[in-house]
Amino acid sequence: MSVSVVAEADLRLDAGPIDYALLVIYFVVVLGIGVMARRSVSSSLDFLLSGRSLPAWVTGLAFISANLGALELMGMTANGAQYGMATVHYYWIGAIPAMVFLGLVMMPFYYGSKVRSVPEFMRRRFGKPAHLVNAISFAVAQVLIAGINLFALAVIIDALLGWPLPVSIVVAAVVVLAYTTLGGLSAAIYNEVLQFFVIVAALAPLTIVGLIKVGGWQGIVEKVTDQEQLSAWPATELTGINSPVWSVIGLVFGLGFVLSFGYWTTNFAEVQRAMSAKSMSAAKRTPIIGAYPKALIPAIIIIPGIIAALIVPEMAQLKAGAAGDGVDYNDVLPLLMRDLLPNGILGIAITGLLASFMAGVAANVSSFNTVFTYDLWQDYVKKDRPDEYYLRVGRLATVGACVLAIGTAFIAAALGGSNIMDYIQALFSFFNAPLFATFILGMFWKRMTPTAGWVGLLAGTFTAIFIYVISEPSFGIELLELPGQGASFLGAGLAFVVDILVSVAVTMVTRPKPDSELVGLVYSLTPKEDRAHSTTGEDAGWYRSPALLGGGVLALTTVLYFIFG
Amino acid sequence: MRLFDLRLIIAFLFGLYGVVLVVVGLGFTSDEDLRKAEGVNINLWAGVAMAALAAVFAAWAMLRPQFVDTDKQPLKEL
Repeated sequence: MSVSVVAEADLRLDAGPIDYALLVIYFVVVLGIGVMARRSVSSSLDFLLSGRSLPAWVTGLAFISANLGALELMGMTANGAQYGMATVHYYWIGAIPAMVFLGLVMMPFYYGSKVRSVPEFMRRRFGKPAHLVNAISFAVAQVLIAGINLFALAVIIDALLGWPLPVSIVVAAVVVLAYTTLGGLSAAIYNEVLQFFVIVAALAPLTIVGLIKVGGWQGIVEKVTDQEQLSAWPATELTGINSPVWSVIGLVFGLGFVLSFGYWTTNFAEVQRAMSAKSMSAAKRTPIIGAYPKALIPAIIIIPGIIAALIVPEMAQLKAGAAGDGVDYNDVLPLLMRDLLPNGILGIAITGLLASFMAGVAANVSSFNTVFTYDLWQDYVKKDRPDEYYLRVGRLATVGACVLAIGTAFIAAALGGSNIMDYIQALFSFFNAPLFATFILGMFWKRMTPTAGWVGLLAGTFTAIFIYVISEPSFGIELLELPGQGASFLGAGLAFVVDILVSVAVTMVTRPKPDSELVGLVYSLTPKEDRAHSTTGEDAGWYRSPALLGGGVLALTTVLYFIFG
Repeated sequence: MRLFDLRLIIAFLFGLYGVVLVVVGLGFTSDEDLRKAEGVNINLWAGVAMAALAAVFAAWAMLRPQFVDTDKQPLKEL
């Protein structure tokens, strides 16, 4: 999103003492969770993976919350205002199938093999070169994204409340640092669950007041001028692909398959939440439980966006093609808060926005420190030290990550912001699709060789970068003309295909690992009972069956498509 | 490793938020606040909903307390 625009428009909220009081209460609770979680940290696994002890509803909500960052919230309400109902694809086809797939198909290997991170799975399956590529790119990405989050937070707080940028950057970073250094992943996850409820508490009243103001769903249907925006298909505006048929194909394969499977199944910041669950059953259920709120939450994210385009004067102008008074679609959420919420609930909404920024940073930091400690420090720098040593490294890595994130935020501020952010975010999206190709091939094809692992990964990543460079208008070599999301769908799709082809070709001429080293990592070499989950004790009951829950959320999504598609 | 019960924290935070918003909604709502929210006393209703959420989590925590898993390693106290 382009944050620079936010500062220009008049978004200043009329926050009063009561709003600040509600915000302060939240900060106190967040820090309190850090202090209390500190008491249950006695090993590096406790600190970096919550000792694999959390119940499924906690990890499931954290799973969805780690993705529900403020940039996502503001970006998706903006998409709602700009593209209408087509935005639901990001929540439904672009997330639910991948989350169910992660739970049912991939989690048995991630959780069953007892690896402590996604890069560690890479090392056990493909050896060191692929591991290093994955671990370093992930660690660097997390620190930079944490910095971008901090910078974006500061810009928005400046616009809404008038706090100077450096103050917001440092205060937010110090709060995150305090609770994650004290309580580790447990504190981060507990706060993510809390954040989930605060965001719902902020957005639900906004949606309800907005709906009353516009005259209910009926009012929306009557007032929206472009009726195509009320149906999700074929989403030609969103994809930038003019042909309806190709637009649907792009959505289903580009967004629904490659992009979303790449993101949800290999991004360690997400998968880590499931790895911290207390049993195989809870780990499988984690992304599936998260899928239910993911399917339903567009109701309080996209609908406010659509409403804003009808009732916020600046938005209506923008939508009609005028300049819109220096406002941008990304300002939808702040503008709605300004226009609809009185003091009191306004404080909750500000808290929700701040909370989601901080939880985003915490998710980046808590996954960074695990990869840094286990995958970089323990594997390549200092092996075989006692566990207390790695616990200390984990804490220091957390401090280091926060300092680097603050540095990144200040550099982004000095360079003027928004374009750099867009480039960095695009850069890291290049890694996901090829990673998914390598993982899925490696999990189901035991012959695939270690060399194929890293060569395929690099080939796929370079393909994605190549498509980006030739389609991004600001680089001036626009060989491909695809506005909207079309270019990223195409880039990800090709990256996936190239990765598969190169991996297969390289496998044919290199030597595979012996079967004995692949037990637990590859489908055909993992005994069925190692992939199964227990169905007794806290995992008992038909309503805790991962397959049933997964089928349920797929059915729910299908029904939602029939009603709102 | 045994953590404190998150359900009680959720109940505490939303209980507090609920009470504050109900008080603001009943006692400190101006006509302008009402106009802003289309005549709905949104503070009051949101407060009631949050208090209800708090009650649900508190009840859940009371009815199904966290139990100590004896199969796993014993707690380590620091």
